[in-house]
Amino acid sequence: MRIGLFVPCFIDAFYPDVGIATLELLERFHCKVDYPFDQTCCGQPMVNSGCHAEARATEALFVKNFAQYDVIVAPSGSCVHQIRDNLTAVEQTPDVKHVRENTLELVEFLHDVLEVDAFPWARFEHRVGYHDSCNTLRNLGHGKPSELHGEPFSKPRALLEKVAGIELVQIDRPDECCGFGGTFSVTEPEVSAQMGRDKIADHGRNGAEYIVSADSSCLMHQSGCAARIGAPIKFKHIAEILNGASQ
Amino acid sequence: MSGNEPNPAATLQRATPEAQPRPAKAADGKRVDHARSAKQFLNAPEHAKSHDTRVWAMRTKRDKQAHTIEEWEELRELASQIKTHTLAHLDTYLEQFEANAKANGIHVHWAADGAEHNRIVHEIFTEHGVKRVIKAKSMLMEECGFRHYMDSVGIEIVETDLGERIQQLDGEDPSHIVVPPVHKMRSDVARLFAEQLGSDPDNDDAHYLAGAQRDATRPLILDADAGMTGANFAVAETGGFVVCTNEGNADLSANVPNLHVASIGIEKLVPRVEDMGVFIRLLSRSALGSPITQYTSHFRAPKQGGEMHIVLVDNGRSKRLGMEKFWSSLKCIRCGACMNTCPVYRRSGGLSYGATYAGPLGLILNPTFDAHRYSNLPFASTLNGSCTNVCPVKINIHEQIFGWRQVLAENGHLPWTKKTALSAAGKVLASPKGYRVAIKTTNSALKHLPRWALYNRMNAWGEGREMPSPPDNGTFHDWYRRNRLKNQAKTPNEGDSQ
Repeated sequence: MRIGLFVPCFIDAFYPDVGIATLELLERFHCKVDYPFDQTCCGQPMVNSGCHAEARATEALFVKNFAQYDVIVAPSGSCVHQIRDNLTAVEQTPDVKHVRENTLELVEFLHDVLEVDAFPWARFEHRVGYHDSCNTLRNLGHGKPSELHGEPFSKPRALLEKVAGIELVQIDRPDECCGFGGTFSVTEPEVSAQMGRDKIADHGRNGAEYIVSADSSCLMHQSGCAARIGAPIKFKHIAEILNGASQ
Repeated sequence: MSGNEPNPAATLQRATPEAQPRPAKAADGKRVDHARSAKQFLNAPEHAKSHDTRVWAMRTKRDKQAHTIEEWEELRELASQIKTHTLAHLDTYLEQFEANAKANGIHVHWAADGAEHNRIVHEIFTEHGVKRVIKAKSMLMEECGFRHYMDSVGIEIVETDLGERIQQLDGEDPSHIVVPPVHKMRSDVARLFAEQLGSDPDNDDAHYLAGAQRDATRPLILDADAGMTGANFAVAETGGFVVCTNEGNADLSANVPNLHVASIGIEKLVPRVEDMGVFIRLLSRSALGSPITQYTSHFRAPKQGGEMHIVLVDNGRSKRLGMEKFWSSLKCIRCGACMNTCPVYRRSGGLSYGATYAGPLGLILNPTFDAHRYSNLPFASTLNGSCTNVCPVKINIHEQIFGWRQVLAENGHLPWTKKTALSAAGKVLASPKGYRVAIKTTNSALKHLPRWALYNRMNAWGEGREMPSPPDNGTFHDWYRRNRLKNQAKTPNEGDSQ
């Protein structure tokens, strides 16, 4: 199985450690991973704003970069949602369909495909609040949203529970959106920041030292809110913890 | 306690309560600016916090109720299918409804839009010499601007729903479709009632305030010439309709005067009485998290010696029925669950939407009334999808919000700056080389520019957040080049990113 690693634009620019952890983690499980060198973005900023035509060339570039791989893995739920469900501005050629059907978010890939049962190298001795990003939760099915009926489950929590020393805390509004929402964060800055502050407060109130998520975009927004108000909470992408980060 | 500590009792007694935020209304022909109104709402932190807490409590109660019913998801599916079926055969069911209603002695009228609805009702009132009307809350009548119209022709309207009466006395629109004054605090109502009804401005006990309102309104109700209600459901096989309230006020409006006029949107149809078993189980559980509304009244004929009229109103509904992506919004049973779960609605208050319908439902309904005026609204969402999950009739609300963004962008309704910025982004992100240069420039700016250059009015991100810091050792791309491609030549697109 040839895996193409997609490192979304903002992770490339601001959070290289997340990309590195993802690559190393996959390699620990003996995956053969390539990083197509000309990759940029999945097109979500444009598509999310209704500008599908403006996203066409970016989508085409994405497909060109990744069509040759059996599976494409990315450490970002919202980008995976874009590729899988909304990469529609380009003509739907067999290559496009292949890419859309075979792009997986990292947690899904570890949980559903590799069916990982242990992370022997991982130890994280901290109290962690897990942030379910809306895209992973409701669009990719990482877990059962609180609104829906059914047996509770959570793929990211199932993975994190295999990490030695970790203590997962429960928050009051477990799947409330943190307010990032892509361009929403700049078109509605006050509501967005208020939601971010409320989210951080919920984690803090329940004793979390770290907020951990499978979406760096939510973390970028929340850490920006926390830094502005001087909240002492720390942030980590799930890939970093599963790859053995200790703090 | 040391002498320097504040006296807790004294801190509880604030001299002046926080004033209720009142977002500015968009002028005719202008776009509603949700972001600006939301900011005004958030600038009253006590109101904002209270709004979030109260509305979230409804969502929590809804979950509790829904999760006690094993077949909840099947009920939602069934309700959705009944609505799909009814809307697919709406012409047939409307004719059946009209024929049965007439056979029961009800007068049936048809109104193409809000103006025609108001005119028809006005004519009925004129014929009967009506001077005062008692009216139960109806979102359809809000849509039609009914109260304002009646004001203009000198007919007095008295709202019988407590929440709607509060909004009427305050000259405001409802901010929530189930709980119209949910954005107000008790202190706001105490002040309002003191001004309007002469009650004690310092007494904000809910029972006292409700009592004051009842004492003031009951004489008006007993003396009214006509009563108006909306309808939650209209049943084709009987020609009857169902009104659900928690205060029994629709029953007062319908039964006290001899003349009862009901305004009913054409999408309210269901085929059979039997279908009520599905919808009544879903409605109040989704709305307030209570098992059933206190009063679920079926009206089927005029009362003895009385007269009953029904106005069936289209007002854009048949046009929406023809919209491939958006027709299923007509399934909505107006429970408000999507508003209660919506984190944006909870933070911004309903009046910030500047429209009859607020929250996620408003984002998909309002642009069908006026695409330009409401073109900002579909962007007042994080697309988190919770609204879709709570919807009792399974409307794909967040997908329709997403769909509206595309329709609005393609029809030239995006602000010029936004369209230009996204067009530029599309060009940069489609070019590996341009993209690498852009990242380098951005990270360099974040590293080297002084704070004032980064955090100003031009940078909306920086209003409530710090920018991310650029990584010390460059991008992931740089790392990969350094660590994994040591001996390989640079690609033409790589440029000089180090």
